[in-house]
Amino acid sequence: MYQYNDFDSAFLAERNRQFRAQVERRVSGALTEDEFKPLRLMNGVYLQLHAYMLRVAIPYGTLNSAQMDTLALLAEKWDKGYGHFTTRQNIQYNWPKLSDIPDMLDALAKVEMHAIQTSGNTIRNVTADHFAGAAADEIEDPRPIAELIRQWSTDHPEFQFMGRKFKIAVAAGAKDRAVLKAHDLAVRVVKNDAGAVGYQVLVGGGLGRTPMIGKVLHDFLPREDLLPFIEATVSVWNQIGRRDNKYKARIKITVHEHGLEDIRARVDARFAQIRPTFTGFDQELFEEIKTHFAAPSFRNVPTDAFDAAYDADPLFRSWVDTNLAEHRASGYAIVTVSIKKHGATPGDASAEQMRALAEIAKTYGHDELRISHEQNVILPHVHKSDLPAVYAALRDVDLHTANIGLVSDIIACPGMDYCALATARSIPVAQQIATRFDELKLEHDIGHLQIKISGCINACGHHHVGHIGILGLDRAGVENYQITLGGDATDSAAIGERAGPGFAYDEIVPAIERLIQGYLEMRQGPEETFLEAYRRLGLAPFKAWLYPEAQAHAA
Amino acid sequence: MPRAFTPKVITANALIEGDVIYYTSDDTWSRQLSEAEFLTDEAHAQLRLLDAQQQASEVVGAYLADAKAGENGPEPTHFREEFRRTGPSNYFHGKQAEL
Repeated sequence: MYQYNDFDSAFLAERNRQFRAQVERRVSGALTEDEFKPLRLMNGVYLQLHAYMLRVAIPYGTLNSAQMDTLALLAEKWDKGYGHFTTRQNIQYNWPKLSDIPDMLDALAKVEMHAIQTSGNTIRNVTADHFAGAAADEIEDPRPIAELIRQWSTDHPEFQFMGRKFKIAVAAGAKDRAVLKAHDLAVRVVKNDAGAVGYQVLVGGGLGRTPMIGKVLHDFLPREDLLPFIEATVSVWNQIGRRDNKYKARIKITVHEHGLEDIRARVDARFAQIRPTFTGFDQELFEEIKTHFAAPSFRNVPTDAFDAAYDADPLFRSWVDTNLAEHRASGYAIVTVSIKKHGATPGDASAEQMRALAEIAKTYGHDELRISHEQNVILPHVHKSDLPAVYAALRDVDLHTANIGLVSDIIACPGMDYCALATARSIPVAQQIATRFDELKLEHDIGHLQIKISGCINACGHHHVGHIGILGLDRAGVENYQITLGGDATDSAAIGERAGPGFAYDEIVPAIERLIQGYLEMRQGPEETFLEAYRRLGLAPFKAWLYPEAQAHAA
Repeated sequence: MPRAFTPKVITANALIEGDVIYYTSDDTWSRQLSEAEFLTDEAHAQLRLLDAQQQASEVVGAYLADAKAGENGPEPTHFREEFRRTGPSNYFHGKQAEL
């Protein structure tokens, strides 16, 4: 993974020094809150319901064991012993004191981490496929390009005070695991007919108040054109994007209002203007960055220990069948560690668990970890012969839940338990759904099903693209939950359809249970997933299960 | 017709700790909603809010929040203010653990 050079370290030290001084000036009264707020936001510091919140960037979700250990240190020393992994592959601390945050940032800098541009109207932390560099279906590791974009966007003078935030994702797999089509801009590594590697650029996707699916802005860009093309795109939006209304400021609205053709013409014109200023330095840098992402030296040893454990231990077998993905190297597997134990808060890991994950990565995982947008932790390179030991080590810290892709593997934003923007809680709804389906012992029978919960219209919980989406709202001073169905976060991305009237807090879990009962009754067989059944049958029969009283009344 | 004024308290977050605080009638900040000044007059509430907002080196984001009179002082009327005075529901953290 990427190692800082002297420039990076000096840059970060200077930024941290500046922020420390800004905090001092705020505390002394030399800066008002209005002056300080944009400064703290640029450094990932929010003020939430009960405390400040520090959002630390985990660029493209990649980290090593020393970095994970430091995340544990922050949780223990300056927070309440845990951290929350987010849908943008970052980690959030819910309880820091303002006066401690400069020390937290200095501790992060020691392991080459920061909180820069994790908030504010800037280009945010770049996300990527969490299986990058390990997936069997990818053209090349997409992280070098993500790192190049990170360096280019960090402190980019043109893009520090934009009309709104701007989110970029990068992936190179045949399958989209990075929700590319829900990003302001997405880069997909592709091959053309001649076999050359280049980039497809998508634009104008996003969730929130006005969900939109991203559209192809350019089908195939050669490598050396990518950065100027992205710069041209952001530049065009920064010029013509609306600043009169924050709800219409994102690029999805700009693309929608101007039309894709108009945006493409403007981007092409701007690209022609700035392309000559990219004289090749970015490509030299890219070549250097690539060397940081060289694949580990994979071992070639027998997998007998794995085969024996798989045959002997049914719990291990269930975990293997549910939590592993295919690796590109023979004898290896990609392990997804579930941070979704039934009844626990989705995405929350204790300091002890983080340390255990770091130790496992160091011992068995080529020192690499990933955070997924689904709020789980990935060990991207584990040799199958080590899997029994990895499973045992995970079991010791209660991280062995076998539920990846199942009904209890729920994405949930912090909701009104923490977030100042939230209109309802999401965490307890997720906890109760997971607990209920664990009691029913049905989730392996139900199969692949993604539930995604947001506690407000901003959709950090990706509810629009959940097979079942749940949106928590404030209806006349009472929490109320709207259900959407048929959303899809992959290549076949789709925005879910609203099922009907919302449900009260104590009605939402029974409603989800009825819905899933209905699916089990109506599916053609266990091989037909919830989403496939929904696509075959449409909304109406599912509605009948959700609103039985209305049906009885109509009959 | 303008909407009738409903009783309020002044609440904010502490500048350093970031936790929830309430403005009292003797111009201090309390961690407990029950100690907040209960404001029933709109003009007085606006003046008190100006007082509170001037204490920028102690507090952030002072605002008027709806409240009702309870046995032991003001109580919240909306669930958001109930969570603010209590803490999150997934862990026993925040005010519920500290007070």
